[in-house]
Amino acid sequence: MEHTEHILSYGKLTAVWVALLVLTAATIMVTRFELGVWKVWAALAIASVKSGLVIAFFMHMKYEPRLFRIILFVALFTLAGFIGGTFFDVLYR
Amino acid sequence: MSHAEKDSFGAKLGMWLFLFTEMLLFGGVFILYSVYLTRYPKEFGLGGHQLDLVFGATNTVVLLTSSLFAAMSVTAIKRGAKQLTLGLLSGTIGCALIFLFIKYLEWSAKFHHGIYPNSPKLIAGPPGESIFFSLYYLTTGLHGIHVIIGGILMTWTAVMVQKGMLNSADNVTLENVTLYWHLVDLVWIFIFPLYYLIL
Repeated sequence: MEHTEHILSYGKLTAVWVALLVLTAATIMVTRFELGVWKVWAALAIASVKSGLVIAFFMHMKYEPRLFRIILFVALFTLAGFIGGTFFDVLYR
Repeated sequence: MSHAEKDSFGAKLGMWLFLFTEMLLFGGVFILYSVYLTRYPKEFGLGGHQLDLVFGATNTVVLLTSSLFAAMSVTAIKRGAKQLTLGLLSGTIGCALIFLFIKYLEWSAKFHHGIYPNSPKLIAGPPGESIFFSLYYLTTGLHGIHVIIGGILMTWTAVMVQKGMLNSADNVTLENVTLYWHLVDLVWIFIFPLYYLIL
Protein backbone atom coordinates (compact mmCIF):
# COMPACT_ATOMS: atom_id res chain seq x y z
CA MET A 1 0.00 0.00 0.00
CA GLU A 2 1.49 3.31 -1.12
CA HIS A 3 1.46 5.58 1.86
CA THR A 4 2.34 9.23 1.66
CA GLU A 5 2.04 10.87 5.04
CA HIS A 6 0.23 14.18 5.07
CA ILE A 7 0.78 16.51 8.01
CA LEU A 8 -1.76 19.29 8.55
CA SER A 9 -0.26 22.67 9.47
CA TYR A 10 -1.20 24.42 12.71
CA GLY A 11 -2.51 27.35 10.65
CA LYS A 12 -4.92 25.18 8.68
CA LEU A 13 -6.18 23.46 11.86
CA THR A 14 -6.70 26.85 13.51
CA ALA A 15 -8.64 28.06 10.47
CA VAL A 16 -10.94 25.03 10.78
CA TRP A 17 -11.44 25.80 14.50
CA VAL A 18 -12.36 29.43 13.68
CA ALA A 19 -14.86 28.20 11.08
CA LEU A 20 -16.38 25.84 13.67
CA LEU A 21 -16.77 28.70 16.18
CA VAL A 22 -18.36 30.95 13.54
CA LEU A 23 -20.80 28.17 12.60
CA THR A 24 -21.63 27.64 16.30
CA ALA A 25 -22.43 31.35 16.66
CA ALA A 26 -24.50 31.17 13.46
CA THR A 27 -26.55 28.22 14.70
CA ILE A 28 -27.29 29.98 18.01
CA MET A 29 -28.38 33.13 16.17
CA VAL A 30 -30.53 31.39 13.58
CA THR A 31 -32.38 29.36 16.22
CA ARG A 32 -33.27 32.49 18.24
CA PHE A 33 -35.83 33.37 15.53
CA GLU A 34 -39.23 31.74 15.32
CA LEU A 35 -38.80 29.90 12.05
CA GLY A 36 -40.93 26.88 12.95
CA VAL A 37 -39.73 23.64 11.42
CA TRP A 38 -37.06 25.49 9.38
CA LYS A 39 -35.24 26.16 12.64
CA VAL A 40 -34.73 22.41 13.04
CA TRP A 41 -33.51 21.94 9.48
CA ALA A 42 -31.19 24.97 9.69
CA ALA A 43 -29.67 23.72 12.97
CA LEU A 44 -29.20 20.20 11.60
CA ALA A 45 -27.71 21.52 8.35
CA ILE A 46 -25.16 23.62 10.26
CA ALA A 47 -24.38 20.67 12.57
CA SER A 48 -23.77 18.51 9.48
CA VAL A 49 -21.38 21.08 7.99
CA LYS A 50 -19.54 21.28 11.33
CA SER A 51 -19.29 17.46 11.45
CA GLY A 52 -17.99 17.45 7.89
CA LEU A 53 -15.23 19.89 8.85
CA VAL A 54 -14.26 17.88 11.94
CA ILE A 55 -14.21 14.59 9.99
CA ALA A 56 -12.38 15.98 6.94
CA PHE A 57 -9.65 17.94 8.72
CA PHE A 58 -9.40 17.16 12.45
CA MET A 59 -9.98 13.47 11.77
CA HIS A 60 -7.88 13.63 8.62
CA MET A 61 -10.47 11.88 6.44
CA LYS A 62 -9.72 14.16 3.47
CA TYR A 63 -6.24 12.65 3.28
CA GLU A 64 -7.05 9.00 4.03
CA PRO A 65 -7.33 6.24 1.40
CA ARG A 66 -10.62 5.95 -0.47
CA LEU A 67 -11.58 2.79 1.45
CA PHE A 68 -12.05 4.91 4.61
CA ARG A 69 -14.50 7.22 2.88
CA ILE A 70 -16.41 4.27 1.40
CA ILE A 71 -16.99 2.71 4.81
CA LEU A 72 -17.84 6.14 6.25
CA PHE A 73 -20.62 6.52 3.69
CA VAL A 74 -21.81 2.95 4.30
CA ALA A 75 -22.13 3.80 8.01
CA LEU A 76 -23.90 7.10 7.33
CA PHE A 77 -26.35 5.53 4.85
CA THR A 78 -27.06 2.74 7.34
CA LEU A 79 -27.89 5.32 9.98
CA ALA A 80 -29.98 7.33 7.50
CA GLY A 81 -31.81 4.11 6.63
CA PHE A 82 -32.61 3.44 10.29
CA ILE A 83 -33.88 7.00 10.75
CA GLY A 84 -35.92 6.92 7.52
CA GLY A 85 -37.42 3.53 8.33
CA THR A 86 -38.31 4.58 11.86
CA PHE A 87 -40.06 7.71 10.67
CA PHE A 88 -41.95 5.86 7.98
CA ASP A 89 -43.35 3.70 10.79
CA VAL A 90 -43.98 6.57 13.23
CA LEU A 91 -45.67 8.90 10.75
CA TYR A 92 -47.78 6.45 8.68
CA ARG A 93 -48.75 3.80 11.16
CA MET B 1 11.68 1.29 11.41
CA SER B 2 13.71 -1.89 11.63
CA HIS B 3 12.09 -3.97 14.34
CA ALA B 4 8.31 -3.76 14.50
CA GLU B 5 7.02 -2.42 11.20
CA LYS B 6 3.64 -1.39 12.51
CA ASP B 7 0.59 -1.64 10.29
CA SER B 8 -0.68 1.89 10.92
CA PHE B 9 -3.11 1.62 8.01
CA GLY B 10 -4.74 -1.43 9.60
CA ALA B 11 -4.72 0.19 13.05
CA LYS B 12 -6.49 3.30 11.80
CA LEU B 13 -8.97 1.28 9.72
CA GLY B 14 -9.83 -0.72 12.84
CA MET B 15 -10.32 2.47 14.83
CA TRP B 16 -12.65 3.89 12.19
CA LEU B 17 -14.72 0.70 12.13
CA PHE B 18 -15.08 1.00 15.92
CA LEU B 19 -16.04 4.66 15.57
CA PHE B 20 -18.84 3.69 13.16
CA THR B 21 -20.35 1.43 15.81
CA GLU B 22 -20.20 4.42 18.17
CA MET B 23 -21.98 6.59 15.60
CA LEU B 24 -24.72 3.96 15.33
CA LEU B 25 -25.00 3.79 19.15
CA PHE B 26 -25.52 7.54 19.47
CA GLY B 27 -27.64 7.45 16.30
CA GLY B 28 -30.03 5.14 18.14
CA VAL B 29 -30.38 7.62 20.99
CA PHE B 30 -31.00 10.44 18.51
CA ILE B 31 -33.72 8.36 16.80
CA LEU B 32 -35.47 7.93 20.17
CA TYR B 33 -35.21 11.69 20.68
CA SER B 34 -36.71 12.56 17.30
CA VAL B 35 -39.55 10.04 17.59
CA TYR B 36 -40.58 11.36 21.02
CA LEU B 37 -40.14 14.94 19.81
CA THR B 38 -42.78 14.33 17.12
CA ARG B 39 -45.03 12.72 19.73
CA TYR B 40 -44.63 15.33 22.50
CA PRO B 41 -43.53 18.58 20.79
CA LYS B 42 -45.05 20.86 23.46
CA GLU B 43 -43.53 19.05 26.45
CA PHE B 44 -40.14 18.83 24.73
CA GLY B 45 -40.35 22.58 24.10
CA LEU B 46 -41.04 23.26 27.77
CA GLY B 47 -38.24 20.89 28.80
CA GLY B 48 -35.73 22.38 26.39
CA HIS B 49 -36.38 25.90 27.67
CA GLN B 50 -35.34 24.76 31.15
CA LEU B 51 -31.82 23.91 29.92
CA ASP B 52 -29.16 26.57 30.32
CA LEU B 53 -28.01 27.90 26.94
CA VAL B 54 -24.92 29.57 28.46
CA PHE B 55 -23.68 26.25 29.92
CA GLY B 56 -24.38 24.47 26.63
CA ALA B 57 -22.68 27.09 24.44
CA THR B 58 -19.65 27.32 26.75
CA ASN B 59 -19.21 23.56 26.66
CA THR B 60 -19.47 23.61 22.86
CA VAL B 61 -16.58 26.09 22.66
CA VAL B 62 -14.59 24.09 25.24
CA LEU B 63 -15.00 20.85 23.26
CA LEU B 64 -14.18 22.45 19.89
CA THR B 65 -11.03 23.91 21.42
CA SER B 66 -10.07 20.55 22.93
CA SER B 67 -10.47 19.02 19.47
CA LEU B 68 -8.17 21.68 18.00
CA PHE B 69 -5.50 20.85 20.60
CA ALA B 70 -5.89 17.13 19.91
CA ALA B 71 -5.54 17.62 16.14
CA MET B 72 -2.52 19.87 16.67
CA SER B 73 -0.88 17.25 18.91
CA VAL B 74 -0.83 14.85 15.93
CA THR B 75 0.96 17.49 13.84
CA ALA B 76 3.37 18.18 16.72
CA ILE B 77 4.36 14.55 17.29
CA LYS B 78 4.89 13.96 13.55
CA ARG B 79 7.21 16.95 13.46
CA GLY B 80 9.10 15.52 16.44
CA ALA B 81 8.14 18.31 18.86
CA LYS B 82 7.80 16.25 22.04
CA GLN B 83 7.27 19.08 24.54
CA LEU B 84 4.67 20.76 22.33
CA THR B 85 2.86 17.42 21.91
CA LEU B 86 2.73 17.02 25.69
CA GLY B 87 1.54 20.62 26.12
CA LEU B 88 -1.24 20.18 23.57
CA LEU B 89 -2.34 16.88 25.11
CA SER B 90 -2.47 18.59 28.52
CA GLY B 91 -4.61 21.30 26.90
CA THR B 92 -7.04 18.66 25.63
CA ILE B 93 -7.20 16.97 29.04
CA GLY B 94 -7.69 20.36 30.72
CA CYS B 95 -10.62 21.11 28.39
CA ALA B 96 -12.08 17.68 29.18
CA LEU B 97 -11.98 18.51 32.90
CA ILE B 98 -13.57 21.94 32.33
CA PHE B 99 -16.30 20.28 30.25
CA LEU B 100 -17.04 17.74 33.00
CA PHE B 101 -17.07 20.45 35.68
CA ILE B 102 -19.60 22.53 33.71
CA LYS B 103 -21.68 19.38 33.15
CA TYR B 104 -21.57 18.77 36.91
CA LEU B 105 -22.80 22.31 37.62
CA GLU B 106 -25.57 21.86 35.06
CA TRP B 107 -26.75 18.52 36.39
CA SER B 108 -26.62 19.57 40.04
CA ALA B 109 -28.68 22.69 39.26
CA LYS B 110 -31.32 20.42 37.69
CA PHE B 111 -31.22 17.98 40.61
CA HIS B 112 -31.65 20.93 42.95
CA HIS B 113 -34.88 21.81 41.17
CA GLY B 114 -36.15 18.26 41.62
CA ILE B 115 -35.49 17.27 38.00
CA TYR B 116 -33.87 13.85 37.83
CA PRO B 117 -35.00 10.43 36.60
CA ASN B 118 -37.97 9.16 38.65
CA SER B 119 -38.13 12.35 40.76
CA PRO B 120 -41.54 13.05 42.36
CA LYS B 121 -41.80 16.25 40.32
CA LEU B 122 -41.34 14.47 36.99
CA ILE B 123 -43.65 11.58 37.96
CA ALA B 124 -46.40 14.10 38.80
CA GLY B 125 -45.83 16.04 35.56
CA PRO B 126 -46.89 15.19 31.99
CA PRO B 127 -45.28 12.03 30.51
CA GLY B 128 -43.63 13.99 27.67
CA GLU B 129 -41.63 16.10 30.10
CA SER B 130 -40.43 13.04 32.00
CA ILE B 131 -39.37 11.40 28.70
CA PHE B 132 -37.52 14.55 27.66
CA PHE B 133 -35.45 14.66 30.81
CA SER B 134 -34.83 10.90 30.80
CA LEU B 135 -33.44 11.23 27.28
CA TYR B 136 -31.45 14.30 28.29
CA TYR B 137 -29.77 12.42 31.15
CA LEU B 138 -29.29 9.29 29.03
CA THR B 139 -27.70 11.18 26.11
CA THR B 140 -25.52 13.61 28.05
CA GLY B 141 -24.62 10.86 30.54
CA LEU B 142 -23.53 8.48 27.79
CA HIS B 143 -21.61 11.33 26.19
CA GLY B 144 -20.06 12.23 29.57
CA ILE B 145 -18.84 8.64 30.03
CA HIS B 146 -17.15 8.95 26.63
CA VAL B 147 -15.51 12.21 27.75
CA ILE B 148 -14.16 10.46 30.87
CA ILE B 149 -12.85 7.49 28.84
CA GLY B 150 -11.33 9.88 26.29
CA GLY B 151 -9.61 11.85 29.06
CA ILE B 152 -8.16 8.65 30.57
CA LEU B 153 -6.92 7.46 27.15
CA MET B 154 -5.42 10.89 26.48
CA THR B 155 -3.55 10.79 29.82
CA TRP B 156 -2.25 7.29 29.06
CA THR B 157 -1.08 8.48 25.63
CA ALA B 158 0.68 11.49 27.14
CA VAL B 159 2.61 9.17 29.49
CA MET B 160 3.73 7.10 26.48
CA VAL B 161 4.83 10.26 24.65
CA GLN B 162 6.75 11.34 27.76
CA LYS B 163 8.51 7.96 27.88
CA GLY B 164 9.35 8.20 24.19
CA MET B 165 7.29 5.11 23.32
CA LEU B 166 5.31 7.28 20.92
CA ASN B 167 7.41 9.48 18.67
CA SER B 168 7.64 10.98 15.20
CA ALA B 169 8.17 7.55 13.60
CA ASP B 170 5.56 5.57 15.54
CA ASN B 171 2.48 7.49 16.68
CA VAL B 172 -0.60 5.64 15.45
CA THR B 173 -1.80 5.14 19.06
CA LEU B 174 -1.87 8.90 19.54
CA GLU B 175 -3.70 9.31 16.23
CA ASN B 176 -6.31 6.73 17.21
CA VAL B 177 -6.88 8.27 20.64
CA THR B 178 -7.38 11.70 19.04
CA LEU B 179 -9.82 10.13 16.55
CA TYR B 180 -11.83 8.87 19.54
CA TRP B 181 -11.69 12.34 21.05
CA HIS B 182 -12.99 13.95 17.86
CA LEU B 183 -15.91 11.52 17.90
CA VAL B 184 -16.85 12.81 21.34
CA ASP B 185 -16.82 16.30 19.83
CA LEU B 186 -18.91 15.16 16.84
CA VAL B 187 -21.62 13.75 19.11
CA TRP B 188 -21.80 17.01 21.08
CA ILE B 189 -22.11 18.95 17.79
CA PHE B 190 -25.54 17.26 17.48
CA ILE B 191 -26.52 17.20 21.16
CA PHE B 192 -26.11 20.97 21.46
CA PRO B 193 -28.62 22.08 18.79
CA LEU B 194 -31.09 19.24 19.49
CA TYR B 195 -31.38 19.82 23.24
CA TYR B 196 -30.44 23.47 23.74
CA LEU B 197 -31.36 25.32 20.55
CA ILE B 198 -34.25 24.02 18.46
CA LEU B 199 -36.86 23.46 21.17
